[in-house]
Amino acid sequence: MQAPGPDQLLEMYAAMLRVRLFEERARELYAGGRIPGFIHLSVGQEAVAVGVCAALRRDDYLLSTHRGHGHLIAKGGSLRSLMAELYGKATGCCRGKGGSMHIADASVGYLGANGVLTAGCVLAPGVGLSIQMRKTDQVVVAVFGDGAANRGPFHEGVNLAALWRAPAVFVCENNRWASTTAQAVSTAGGSIAGRAAGYGIPGVTVDGNDVLAVFEACTQAVARARRGEGPSLVEARTIRWLGHYEGDPQLYRGKDEVAEGRSRDPVAHLRQILEERTLLDAADAERVEAAVRDEIDDAVAFAEASPLPDARSAFEDLFAHYPWRD
Amino acid sequence: MATVEYAAALNLALREEMRRDPRVYVIGEDIVLGVPFGVTKGLAEEFGPERVLNAPISEAAIVGSALGAAMTGLRPVVDMHFADFVTCAMDEVANQIAKSRYMFGGQVDCPLVLRMPYGIGKSAGGHHSNSVEGWFINIPGLKVCIPSTPRDARGLLKTAIRDPDPVMVFEHRGLYRAVGEVPEEEELIPLGSADVKRAGSDVTVIATARMVHAALEAAELLAREGISAEVVDPRSLVPLDREALAGSVAKTHRVVIAEEGPMRGSAGAWLAWVVTEECFDDLDAPIARVAGPNVPIPFSPPLEAACTPDSEAVAAACRRVLK
Repeated sequence: MQAPGPDQLLEMYAAMLRVRLFEERARELYAGGRIPGFIHLSVGQEAVAVGVCAALRRDDYLLSTHRGHGHLIAKGGSLRSLMAELYGKATGCCRGKGGSMHIADASVGYLGANGVLTAGCVLAPGVGLSIQMRKTDQVVVAVFGDGAANRGPFHEGVNLAALWRAPAVFVCENNRWASTTAQAVSTAGGSIAGRAAGYGIPGVTVDGNDVLAVFEACTQAVARARRGEGPSLVEARTIRWLGHYEGDPQLYRGKDEVAEGRSRDPVAHLRQILEERTLLDAADAERVEAAVRDEIDDAVAFAEASPLPDARSAFEDLFAHYPWRD
Repeated sequence: MATVEYAAALNLALREEMRRDPRVYVIGEDIVLGVPFGVTKGLAEEFGPERVLNAPISEAAIVGSALGAAMTGLRPVVDMHFADFVTCAMDEVANQIAKSRYMFGGQVDCPLVLRMPYGIGKSAGGHHSNSVEGWFINIPGLKVCIPSTPRDARGLLKTAIRDPDPVMVFEHRGLYRAVGEVPEEEELIPLGSADVKRAGSDVTVIATARMVHAALEAAELLAREGISAEVVDPRSLVPLDREALAGSVAKTHRVVIAEEGPMRGSAGAWLAWVVTEECFDDLDAPIARVAGPNVPIPFSPPLEAACTPDSEAVAAACRRVLK
C-alpha cells in the first residue's frame, strides 16, 4: 500500500478540522436554538470519518449513521447544504425534510444518514450488487456503531455481502456506547471485528483515533473490494467526547473517559505527525484553521440567510411525480 | 387472447420486463425453482443466476438490498415468498423504502417492486395466511396494487416494474391457479384505474383480489333473486381510483366493501371512508363491510372456513343494504 503523500496528509488534516469545527459550531447553534430537533455530534471521532473517506473516491458510496455529519463532510459534501439542512431550510440538502439524522448528498455518493441503527448494513449488499451489475469499479462503505452490531440486520447484511462477494466495506465506528448503554453489557464476545471470521471475510481492529491507521485499514479493504474479492470488516475504536445527543447529561459515564478521549485527540494527533514531518508549522496550522473557519462561517451565513421551506413542499418528493393521487 | 393461470401471467410479466430492461432482476427465497407458487419458474434458465437471485432466508437483507440497488440504478423485483414474512423486513419497507426519496428531498429514485403472496387458504395457519395489504396503505411513500385476474396481474406487475417509485403487488395465493384470458400483445394497466368486473344497477360491491371472485359468485346468486349487483375492483389501493368508485355509487346508491383482511383498521375501512367522503349524498343505506374476523387465521379446516369471507357473506351484505 502506498503511504499517503504530503498533499493527502494535509487534506486529511483540513478535513479533520472541518469536521471538528463544524460539529462544535453546530453544537453552539443548537444550544442557541438555531437548529431544531435532535443532533448527534461526532466530536472526538473525526479520524474515523476522515480515514474512511480518504480511502474512497468521490463516486464511491457511503451509507452512514445517525451520527453522520462528519461522514458527509469527509465525503466531500457541501457544508452549505448540510448546515442549511440542520436549520430546516429550503436550501438544505434534503430540502428540510430530513434534518440531522437523515441527511443525504447523492452528488458525493452519500446515500443517507439513518435514524435506524444498522439500516445501512442491509442496503450495502444491494449497492454492491448494483455496482457489479453495472460493471463499474465503485465501492460501497456502510458505517455502523458498536451498538448497531447487535441488531439482526448486521448479520443478514454482512452474510449476504460475503455470499455475493460484494464490493463493500463494513466499518464499525466503535465509540464504546450504544446510546447510554456500555459495550461491556451489550456486546458479547468483546470484538466486533472478530465476527468477520464467521463470514469468512477479513476483520481488523484499528485505533479509531489514529486517522492513518483507519486510512490504511480502509485502503486495504477498499482495494480488496475493488479487485472483486469481496467485503471486509474494519472496527475502528474511538471515543465519543460529547453525549449521545446534544443535551444528554451523561450520568451514565465518568469524566475520566472523556478525559481519555481528549488526551488522545485525533486532530491533535495528526497535527503532531505533520509537524514531526515538517509538513506543517504553526503559521500553516493557523492558515488551515482560518480557511476552515471561513468555510463554516460561510455555511452558517448561507443557512441563516436561506428561506424556510414553503409549507406546500411538505407534499412534494413523496413520489417521482407531483401531484400524486392518494 | 391466451388463457393462462394467474401465476403464469405474473411469470410472463417478469419475462417481458426482464427482456426489455437489463436493470430488472428478481430476488427472493427459492425463486430459482419457483417454489411454492411457480411464479418465477424457468426465469433462471432464461436470464441466468445473475438476474434471478436465490437469497438466503434474510428478509431484511433481501428487501434492504433491493433498496440499495434501486437507489443506485437497478430495478429489483422482490419475491416476499409469503407476505407474512415482511414482518422480518418491516423497517426496510416502512422506514427505508417508503421514506428515502422523501426524506432525501427527492435526490434518489427508489424504483422497486415487492411481490407479496398473501391470503387465506389450504390450512396454512397463522404465519402463512395473513392479508396485510392494509398495513401498507397506512405508510406514505408506497404504492399498493392487488390484482384479481391473470390479465390484471400481468398488466399491473409490468406497470409496477416500470414505475419510478416503490410498488407492492399483493398476489392472493388462492388465485395462482385461477385461469383467465391475457392478451397476446403487451398490456400495461395503469395504477389507479379500477375495473368494473360486472355491471349492475342495485348495489355496488367494491372487492379486492379473491373477494372479487366471491363478489362475482354473489352477483350470480343475487341475480336469481332479481338483484343487480355491480362488482368494482379498485385494482390498486394506492393510488385509488376514487372517480370510478364514486361513479358506480352514483348509479346504485348502495355499497358493500369486501376484503379478506381483518375488519379492524383494514383497507376496506379506508375504502369505506373514501366512499363516505366522495358519495355521502348518494348513499341510500349505510355501507356494509365483509371482511375477515379480528382473529389470527386458524389451522383446522372448519376453523379456517369460519374465518374466510365468502360469496354467501357478500350476498347477505347486499341483501342487507337493499332492505
